[in-house]
Order: sequence, then C-alpha cells, then structure tokens
Amino acid sequence: MELHNVLDFPILSLSIFLPLAGALVIWLFVKGDDAVRWASLAVSIAAFIVTLPLVFMFDETTSHMQFEEFAPWISSFNINYQLGVDGISMPFIVLTSFLTVVCIISAWRCIQSRVKEYMIAFLVLETTLIGVFAALDAVLFYFFWEALLIPMYLIIGIWGGKNRVYATLKFFLYTLAGSVLMLIALLAMYFEAGKTFSLLAFMDYPFNLEWQIWIFIAFFIAFAVKVPMWPVHTWLPDAHTEAPTAGSVILAGILLKMGAYGFLRFSLPMLPDASQYFVPFMVALSLVAIVYISLVAMMQTDMKRLIAYSSIAHMGFVTLGTFMFTQAAVEGAVIGMISHGFVAAALFLCVGVMYDRLHTREIGDYGGVVNVMPVFAAVMLFFCMANVALPGASAFVGEIMVLIGTFEANPVYMDVSTKWVAIAATSSVVLSACYTLWMYKRVVMGDLVKDSVKSMKDMTAREFGYFVPLMLLTLWMGFYPLPFLDILHVSVEHLIAQATTSKLDAAAALVQAMPALDAVHH
Amino acid sequence: MQETALTLSTTELLAIPALPLIGAMIAGLFGWAMKERMAHSITSGFVILSALLSIHVFTQVLAGASFHGNLWTWMIAGDFVVPVGLLIDRLTTIMMVTVTVVSACVHIYTIGYMHGDPGYPRFFAYISAFTFSMLVLVMGNNFFTLFFGWEAVGLFSYLLIGFWFKRESANYAAMKAFIVNRVGDFGFAVGILAIWYYYGSVEYKTVFAMTPDFVAQNVTLGFMGWEVAAITFICLALFVGAMGKSGQVPLHVWLPDSMEGPTPISALIHAATMVTAGVFMVARLSPMFEFSETALVVVTLVGAITAWMCATIGLVQNDIKRVIAYSTCSQLGYMFVGLGVSAYSASIFHLMTHAYFKALLFLAAGSVIHAVMAEQDIRKMGQLRKYMPVTYITMLLAALALAGVPPFAGFFSKDLIIEATMAREFTEYGWVGSFATFAVLTGVFMTAFYTFRMFFLTFHNSDRVDPHAKGHLHESPKVITIPLMILAVGAVGSGIWGVTVLDIANPEVLNGYFGDAIFVMDAHNPLMVMAADGGVHGALGMILHAPFTLPFWLALGGIGLAYFMYFKQTTMPAKIAAASGPIYTFLLNKWYWDELYEKIFIRPARSLGTFLWQRGDLGIIDKGAIHKGIIDNIVAGAARMRAMQTGFVYHYAFAMVSGVFVLLTYLLLKA
Repeated sequence: MELHNVLDFPILSLSIFLPLAGALVIWLFVKGDDAVRWASLAVSIAAFIVTLPLVFMFDETTSHMQFEEFAPWISSFNINYQLGVDGISMPFIVLTSFLTVVCIISAWRCIQSRVKEYMIAFLVLETTLIGVFAALDAVLFYFFWEALLIPMYLIIGIWGGKNRVYATLKFFLYTLAGSVLMLIALLAMYFEAGKTFSLLAFMDYPFNLEWQIWIFIAFFIAFAVKVPMWPVHTWLPDAHTEAPTAGSVILAGILLKMGAYGFLRFSLPMLPDASQYFVPFMVALSLVAIVYISLVAMMQTDMKRLIAYSSIAHMGFVTLGTFMFTQAAVEGAVIGMISHGFVAAALFLCVGVMYDRLHTREIGDYGGVVNVMPVFAAVMLFFCMANVALPGASAFVGEIMVLIGTFEANPVYMDVSTKWVAIAATSSVVLSACYTLWMYKRVVMGDLVKDSVKSMKDMTAREFGYFVPLMLLTLWMGFYPLPFLDILHVSVEHLIAQATTSKLDAAAALVQAMPALDAVHH
Repeated sequence: MQETALTLSTTELLAIPALPLIGAMIAGLFGWAMKERMAHSITSGFVILSALLSIHVFTQVLAGASFHGNLWTWMIAGDFVVPVGLLIDRLTTIMMVTVTVVSACVHIYTIGYMHGDPGYPRFFAYISAFTFSMLVLVMGNNFFTLFFGWEAVGLFSYLLIGFWFKRESANYAAMKAFIVNRVGDFGFAVGILAIWYYYGSVEYKTVFAMTPDFVAQNVTLGFMGWEVAAITFICLALFVGAMGKSGQVPLHVWLPDSMEGPTPISALIHAATMVTAGVFMVARLSPMFEFSETALVVVTLVGAITAWMCATIGLVQNDIKRVIAYSTCSQLGYMFVGLGVSAYSASIFHLMTHAYFKALLFLAAGSVIHAVMAEQDIRKMGQLRKYMPVTYITMLLAALALAGVPPFAGFFSKDLIIEATMAREFTEYGWVGSFATFAVLTGVFMTAFYTFRMFFLTFHNSDRVDPHAKGHLHESPKVITIPLMILAVGAVGSGIWGVTVLDIANPEVLNGYFGDAIFVMDAHNPLMVMAADGGVHGALGMILHAPFTLPFWLALGGIGLAYFMYFKQTTMPAKIAAASGPIYTFLLNKWYWDELYEKIFIRPARSLGTFLWQRGDLGIIDKGAIHKGIIDNIVAGAARMRAMQTGFVYHYAFAMVSGVFVLLTYLLLKA
C-alpha cells in the first residue's frame, strides 16, 4: 500500500498526540495555576503550529487522501491505525487547533477553580477532535468520536452553570443514543464489505439499496444529533447555556461540525443511493431548522440560548447544502461550517465577556452596554453583522453559495423544484436580522439605566486580543475566500462524483456473482 | 462599442471609492486618539478629493471614454464565478458625481453641525464609509458588487440612524430600517439566484447581451399551477429589493422613521443617495426590465401609489424632517413612475436634481433645527427669516425646485416624468396608466402645498418660537451656510444644465445623454412619442411652454393655497382639520401602516416564535417525547440499579464508553 505523504513524517499523529502529551506533562510536572495556564498556552500554540504544514504543504490538485499514515492496530480484525486528510477534513483540524488556543486564552481569568484539570480537559479534547477529522479507519474514528464526549462532559459538568447536571445528562444521552446506532452500522458495514474498517473501502464497496437505507438511517440519527437537526436539537441550547464560555466556543466551533462532517465523509460517498433517496427528508428538516428555529431564536431571553438557536439555524444551511450534490452548495456548506466556527465562537466569547462582569446571561439584565464598553460594543456589532451574513463577512460566502447551489440543483427524488427550497431558505436574510439585531439593540444600545451595567468595564487587552484574529479571519474569508475554496475544489468535486454515482448496478453485479462464490465455498 | 482614444486609468477609478474608505478607516480606528479637527480634515479631505476625481472621470466619459473590466475574483465553485469589476459609463458617472458632491457638502456641513458631539470621529468614519459603499454600488459591473454595496449602505444607514444610541426611538428606527430593508434584500437575493441559474453569469454585460434570446425562448417558472415568465420573475424579485431601499409602498415605513438620525445623514443617505439606489438599479437593468411589460406596469403602479400616498401624508405632518421625508418617498415614487413608463433618463435626471435640492432642503432644515435648539415641530417656529437670511433664501430656492416651478431644477426633471407618463397613458398600461397620470398630476399640487406650508410656517406666519430658544436664535456659521450655498447652485442650475449641456431631454438622440448606458425599446420610448407630438426642445423652450401645461398651474395653485392658508388666513388650517375629522386623523397617522404591520407581522411572528419554543421545543420534544418517553424509563431503570449510582456524570460516561467497547469486542470475537 502506497502512502501519500509529502512530508514523510507522521504529522497527523503529531497533531493528534502533541496536546495529549502536553496534558500529561502538565498533569505530572506543572504546579501552580499560573504556571498551568502558561504551560497550556504553550502546548496549544505548539499544537497549532504543528498543524500549519497541513495547510502549506497541502496539494490542492488531488482528491486523494494526504499526509497518510498506516499501521496495523488489531490485525486479527483488520483494525488499523489509518490517518489521512483531504480538502474537506483538513480545514477542520486547523480550525480545532486554532480555536483551542483561543479557548485557553479566554479561560485565563474566568476559570479559578481546578485550573489544571480544566486545561487538561481542553488539551485532551483537542486530541480527540483532531483524531475524528484525521481518522480513516472506522474503529479509530469511533474511538475518537466517543472519547471526546468525556472531556466535554467534564467541562460542562464541572465548570458549568446552575443546571449543569441536567444539561450534561441530556447532552450525554442524546449523543450516546446516536453513537450506538452508528456503531451498529459500522459493524454491519464491516461484515458486508468483507471485513474491513477502512473508510475508503466502505466508499468503494457496492452496498445494495436496502443496506444503504438502513445504514443511512443509523448514521442519520448519530449525525443529526450532533449537527443538531430538528427535532433532536434541544440538548444544544441547554448544553450551551450551562457550558463555560470556552466550552461553548468549542461546542459551536467544532463539535457541531462533526455531524455535518459525518454526512460528508460517510453518508454521501458510502451510501450515494440512500443519500439521494433521503434528499426530500433532509431538505425538509433543513428548512425547519432555518425557519422554525429562527423564530424560536427570536423569542429567547437568554443570550447564549439565542446564539445556540442561531447556530442550529445556520447549520440548517449546512445540511441543506450538503444534500444538494452541487459544487457550489457543498463548498458553501463547508465554508459555512468554517465561518460559523469563527462567528458563533466569537459571539459566545462576547457573551462570556459580559458574563464575567455581571454573571448573568439574561438579555433583560443588560441595556446600554455601549455607554461603558464602546470597544466591546463595536466588536459585538461586527460579529452580529457577520451573523446576519452581510457581504464581506465569511457567513455570506457560505450562505450565498449554498443558495446558488440549491437553486440549480436537481435531485432525483424531489417532487418540488429546489428553486422554491432556495427561496424559502433565503428568508433567513430577514429572520437572522430580526433575532440578531433585536438582541443587540436590547443588550448593547440604549441609555444607561441599570446600576449593575454602569459598573461594567471595557474589554482588557487580553480579551480584545482573542477577538482580533477571529475578526481578521471573518473578513479574510468574506472578502477573499479563494484560498479556502481552492483547498475544497478537487475534494468536493470527487465527493460529488461519488455521491452521484449509483452503486446499485455494481451491487446487482455482485449478487449475480454470489452463487459462483458460494459454490466455491462449498 | 466604439474604440475610444480616451482611456480611463484603473488607478484613478479605484481611488474614487478607496479614498473615502481610507478616511473612514483612519477616523474609525484611530478616532479615539484624534482631535475633532484631525478627524474631519482627513475624512472630508479624502471625500473632496474623491469628488474632484469623479468630476474628472465624468468629463472624460462625456468626451467618449468608458471602462468595463474585471479586476479580481471574489468566489469560485465549479461554474459559479463571481468577479469584482467596474463598469464606468454615462449612467455610472452621473451617479458618482452626485454621490461624491453631495457627500462632500455634507462632510463640510457636519463639521459645524456635529461640533462637540462625543461621537464626532465616529460620525465622520460612518459617512465616509457610507460614501465608499455607495460608490461600490454604482461602479460595480455585476450583481454581486451591486449587492455588496447595497448591503453595505444598509449597514451604515443602520449605524447612522442609531447614531445617538441613548435614544430608544433612534435604536428602534435603526433596527426597523435594517429589517425592512432586509425584506427587500430577500427579493434581491432571490433575483440574483435566478439570474445565475438562467444566465450562468452575474455580470451585467453578459446578462444584458443574453436577455433578448432568453426572452425569445419563453422560459417560464411554474409554482402551484401558476406560470410566470422567468424574466418577469427576475425583474420583480429585483424590484422588491429596489422597493425596500427606495422606500416604496409597502416597504416605505422605515424611511420616515429614519429621521431619528442626525440631520446630515438624512440629507446624504435618506434623501440624496442611498434611497435612490433602487432607481439606479432599475435604470441600470433597463435592458432586462424593457423585456417584461408586467414588471414595468408593476413598477409604474408601485411608484404611482407611493407618489400619491406619501404626498397625502406629507400634507398634515408637523415635524419639519418628516414633511421632507414623506416628500422624499413621494418624489422617489415619481422616479419609479418614470422608470415604469420607460423614461429611464428622465428618472435619473430627476434623481440628480432631487439629490441637490432635497439635500439642500434637509441641510437647511438642520440649520433651522440647530438654531431653535433641537426643536423639530414647525408649529413652534415662525418668523425665522429675520434671524437666518441665508438659510431662508437657500431653503426658498430648494422649495421652489421641489415644487417644480420653472426654471428651478425640479421643474425640468419632474416635467419630463409627467409628460412621459401622459404620453404612455393610453397604451398597454390600462387603468394603471390612468392612475399614474392622476397620481403624478395631483401629486404636483400636493407637493407644492406641503412644501410651502412647511416653508411659511417656519419662516413666516406668527412667531411661535419657545422663549428659551429665543435668545439663541442666530444664523448658522459659515461651515454650515457654505454647503447650503453650493447645493443651492445645484438646486437652481442642475435642471438647466441637464437639459442644455447634457441634452438629457432631447428625444431625437435616443436616451439623450445616456447613450447605450440605458436601453429603451423604440416602441416604449416615451420621448419618441413626445417628439411625434411635436415635443418641446431646450431649456428655454420648456420654460416658455410651461404656462400652457397643467403641472405648472397645479404647482402654482399649491403654493397659492399654502400662501393663503399659512400666510394670510392663518386660522383656516385648524378649521379645516377639525372639519375633515377622520380623514385628517387618518393622514396624520400615516394611513396606519405601522399599526397594520404590528398586527399582521410583528405580533404574529412573536406569538409563533413563543409557541414553537414553549409548545414545540419545550412541550412536545422535551417534556413529551424525551422526558415521558425516554428519560422516565431510564430513570426508573436506574433506580433499580441504585447500587451503581454514584452521582458523577463522568462515571456514567466512562461506564457507557467501556460498555460500548465490551460490546464491540464481543461482536468481533463472535465473528
């Protein structure tokens, strides 16, 4: 087996395990809260730097997996330590290592208890997240997918708000219910595809329609919970409100992307016929997310809950674009995910900044914040405008591409023209403005009336510092998205080719060949 | 297109929008460290430079130069390519000059008007950034640059309406403006999707070139058994965007409220430039609108309704800025009627003259408001001419221009629109044509009346100024009066200039000045119809011919009535108001549009949101399905396994993950 790895160096392994090793060192050798903070920051920055060659050495001309690594793990079951990235997974690895740095800086002062455990949890979380995006073996993928729940539970359950127990339990049950079905599906595929766990082999194996549909349903439940899609979304607002700020950042920035990534990596290429078959269903749920959830978002009184609902609505665009099988729509979906990683993360950080001062997330407890925190007001305005997808912000690029791709799509099993779907989704232009600006008006604008607000101080240099890169990235992707798109083009093209090529003829041919095989066995 | 010896320098063209942007960034990012003088010098200086460059480009284009080309690529995905490029022709340059000149005047005026405001540098940053956005809007060569500029001007409009963020009414108005505009943008975005789908390009020139063939193919779009021509769908979707930005019924509700912003931006954004973006859009897209009769009829109808309805509301308003705001809506309605009857050049001409005299009217009103200590109610003014002669004279000139009295600017442009409407009255427009004619003619009378009602109440009539403000009354400083005088030159002369120098009204040259920047089918060209009727040539001809036309007398009649009611018989208005009872209340409450929207959109949307949240998410999904169905069972099961219950979530987590691995191992071993 030939491995594509321009570096001849296990860079993905290093990216995955460097944070873990760092966490280990911190656990064993570092004492004192400040030392832990600085050490964690150093580890996360080192981990971020390690992922940068993935961008600079990335070959944009091939859809083949890159930076591949392979080692037998449990060879009796053909389970392998197989890693590799393409243009769809690579950006998420870099996004993860970048946001982890932001998280660690943002937690500098607001986490005062069990600092060491907190930082270790984040570094372990980073390991598992990068593992999910780099794994090319189903068991390895599943291992990371499940393992990341542990640090996430701890982060919400220990450093979370008042209702954290309820929120963690809900989060836990939802995701686990989904994961179990995914495990069953993976095992089923293992046996059907000839005892292999290689994701690439799953992509090539001709599953028949019935198989595809059952496996699709199992995957759908696992991924839909993570995205999350209506109606399995209600764990997210609870998890977000209870999570500490940095937990929300990672949750919105990376964890939500895993569901959509699952659809892109598993459902579409492995189960193309079932994916086509379920398009109307996916479209319906995506539109519900965009319209229903936007209306719910508008009426929220808790800022984090509002942004959580806004995230679900934005993920509606992602799932819509994913299931349109057009270049523009799928690229738009991925861009939308990355953009959401900047914008939603930043909005949660904005709420965190206010929460650190007043210890409340209720919109009604604020008002007139601009009078005492003008710099903060400008930063928050920036991200609110990015959230409503104003052109020039990254979200616009993602959404308009999804809409363009949806308008032109022509899925086989849709009775209604996707033109109307695109038009219905465009209503987000109005709805997102309603909930975002109404919140901004109530929280930031207005005269200073409340004494508590009067005591608020503007952002510190550290706080301002972590917003600056997020702002620059949002603008960069908004005004000059080509470098991001160039990474995606070939991989997405390949994915669409996989997703639109039926496996049924090959599956039928396999059935034809079966009696012959059986004869050989007997 | 002819090869021209004159070429435009890309650097110069890019400098025009870039200069205000640089100014805005400096003032915006470093304003906190700046003195007022520094902030306004940088921004105003850059905008004035941009205006001079625009005038230079204008003269070059007048001499035959043009520019069309892509500079960068914004997005690519498969076939979908969005370039960033410029299209500089005669339509663009007239907009560029109008925008930058008015903007420069407003910048200078602001130095005096906003002096001492704590947000001084921020204000300059916003208006400079707005100027940049507006220039991108007019200079772009494709629908995406148009949309970019469109949204960016919306952003700065939002920021500037809410500039005094301590005022609840201003914050509300800002949000309202943004959201209502977004309703329009919804249509615009849908239009862009359809354009890319049907044409495979988003560049104007490509799309325009393909349109005749596209129309010939009779492509239709079906929805629920209702077939509509694709070109009509596209034009109407885009026109929804134009309605939002240009305050046309029923999306006009944000424009009067936008008067909550400081007066200089009412002049710049909500009178002269941004609100005319919709007019510019339809004129720019004339090669598409010309192919959809339905779209043109809709444009005419919406314009006529707005022109007439907003004029009726303007008759009874008491806030000096609101009177002018409703007048703006109404005049924009005139422009859309002009577009609808294919008199694009007349509409753009009116856009230009209106920009000068309306900006002047607002700035003069600002000067008045400044003098009477932030009082905006015209019932508390009067006799101000004694104290502020420059404001008085310049406002009189602007009022005459708005009323359409020859030879002031508004006369020429408005007259062209009215004549074009009448020329098309009995064609395929049916009742819409008749209604439009009725609306623009009665509108002339009402415009003249409300303008001079406001004028007499402010500067003549009895002295009703608050005693506290009395001692403060004075003429504004030069920094305010000089921009007034510059704009007065435009309010007086831009009409004559347009007719003579630019030859805008000459029916013998197709589109006159605009050449191929605007496309009109021969069969539609109202100027040709007018020429066949023995149309009138030249500025002098139009002036001499005026007394033989109805609009002239309607305008004089309106002024005369205002003179009679608010100069002579000053007790009459109250009697009329009392006698007309419900009609007066209806008009005073602006036809109850806001109340209607509150009932049919805002409250239902909130109720629906609350319902979906409380009943849907919390009720059915959480309590119903999850709690009753799943969690209760799990809890019951867990109770039986109390021994294992430690209360630590991570114990559960660990147990479950290990369980999964045990299961996995078991299955693998079995295999």
